[in-house]
Amino acid sequence: MKNSPAFVIGAGAILFAALAFVPFYVDGYGLALAIGIASYTILATAWALFSGPTRYISLATVAFFGVGAYTVAVLGEVLPWPLVMLVAAINGMLLALVVGLSTLRLAGIYFVIFTFGLTELIKQLVTWYEVKITRTVGRYVFLDIDQQTIYWQLLALAAILFLVGYLIGRSRLGFALRIIGGDETVARHVGIDTTHAKVALFVLSALFMTLTGAIMAPRWTYIDPAIAFNPQVSFQAVIMALLGGVQRLWGPVLGVIPMTLLFEYLNANFPNYFILILGIVFMLIVYLLPQGVAGAVSSLRAWSRRDGKSVEEAR
Amino acid sequence: MSTLLQVSGVTKRFGGLTAVREASFVVKAGEILGLLGPNGSGKTTMMNLISGNLRPDAGGIAFENTEIAGRRPHLIARDGVARTFQLVRVVGEMNARENVMAGLAFRKSPLWGSAAEDEADRLLERVGLAGRAQTPAADMTYIDQKRLELARALGLKPRLLLLDEWLAGLNQTELEGGVSLIRSLGEDGVTVIMVEHVMAAIRSLCGRCVVMNAGAIIAEGSTGDVMADPAVVSAYLGDEHA
Ligand SMILES: Nc1ncnc2c1ncn2[C@@H]1O[C@H](COP(=O)(O)OP(=O)(O)O)[C@@H](O)[C@H]1O
Ligand SMILES: [Mg+2]
Repeated sequence: MKNSPAFVIGAGAILFAALAFVPFYVDGYGLALAIGIASYTILATAWALFSGPTRYISLATVAFFGVGAYTVAVLGEVLPWPLVMLVAAINGMLLALVVGLSTLRLAGIYFVIFTFGLTELIKQLVTWYEVKITRTVGRYVFLDIDQQTIYWQLLALAAILFLVGYLIGRSRLGFALRIIGGDETVARHVGIDTTHAKVALFVLSALFMTLTGAIMAPRWTYIDPAIAFNPQVSFQAVIMALLGGVQRLWGPVLGVIPMTLLFEYLNANFPNYFILILGIVFMLIVYLLPQGVAGAVSSLRAWSRRDGKSVEEAR
Repeated sequence: MSTLLQVSGVTKRFGGLTAVREASFVVKAGEILGLLGPNGSGKTTMMNLISGNLRPDAGGIAFENTEIAGRRPHLIARDGVARTFQLVRVVGEMNARENVMAGLAFRKSPLWGSAAEDEADRLLERVGLAGRAQTPAADMTYIDQKRLELARALGLKPRLLLLDEWLAGLNQTELEGGVSLIRSLGEDGVTVIMVEHVMAAIRSLCGRCVVMNAGAIIAEGSTGDVMADPAVVSAYLGDEHA
């Protein structure tokens, strides 16, 4: 019963409905934190949606996030909000399609480097365009969208993401991705169009990242390429997802909450060392918790109720 | 018997090494064909070319009169060509049932959900893994992983099955079970190409054999004739003396 789709989706709906009341119980700082947690929950979960099963480490998160934010900066005052979101979604998905088709044949570290380079390339392109063509460096975003509304939009997006992630996990596409992650040669030989499956998930994951950027854009009244395409965002999303664990849909969020608080603290108190600390945290997580917190929790649970079975088996 | 697979003048090079050289042979519908040859003679490469894992540098491969050489492997698999691997390949972190469902979920007429689970369990039983559905593939013995691979391949409902040394490493009892399993597949109408070194199994299963040496086909014909062929005998003896 506990695993029936109706139960899981129902429980999820109640949880998200409850979270919608958060703005009524917190002050401005609390709301800012909630927005940070909600946005990284989407980024890290969307990242894990693709990278969890395939094990491709993408550092392009902020490329999509930035495209979403920039779409809002350019069109926010021109088009109605739903249309702006739609254009952002299309931009992000097109970019993901091009990137996916051209890079998913790359393996391991080459993919990591390419996605990182891509983000820088897009940042430079936008900078060049703004300076040469529009003769500005940054843009002002004057939209009448308050913090609560931003939080609710993020919450709604997160709810959709979890629903989509849950359904994919039960679908043939999700199954295909797990087989690809396990052994791509096997995947091809059982009839899976591996390129198709990977690109589909990559594009879907990018869609959520792009929309997060679009929703977040009105928070900054001023944005420029360095803000919108800040690579720290990509690194933080990866760290959070890996810390929480990418093998389960609810894994990344376990990393998001403590890390958002920690990064907040570090950024406020040690701004000069922040990147260094980020790097160290990154390495510690990769070495100490390769399965993430979610993996460790599962192992622990299996271990505490093991009846002659080993932890490995129960996983 | 009609021709199911026609390999014509296929060549595959790895850098300076020609692993398969202008190979031609036919596989007839319904037969169990032995693909023999000393180590390094190009048998696995030949299997990879047929399954689409490798692309030939020259030549053609026709399956049911359709050219498949160089097509992507998932399309060839959906067309009805399934295989096992010489170095066994299963998805270790999935259980046995899921590994077999991998073969069911993406074929031309896919199965999913409880229909796939039931069919997977039936195939597990067929290969001798009844009751092991929940066992993670990584925890299985090498032999059981090979059985699992076969169940997955059968899940594709293949018309052509490629077995690359599937009987290697079995003890005498397991070998007898394996031989009768392959024979039953043949009786079900599955055409089989089996790369094998176990001569007793070849004699009892294969009506015809193709023999390779240093990338070239050196003999093709009925198993008895091929085994008596002086070129085949010297290829094997030469290999042992090398
Ligand atoms: N992917 C590869 N890259 C380079 N050489 C290869 C590759 N696969 C096979 N070979 C070489 O091709 C030859 C034939 O190998 P193979 O087909 O595996 O032989 P067999 O299966 O008959 O033992 C061997 O010399 C082997 O080293
Ligand atoms: Mg071989």
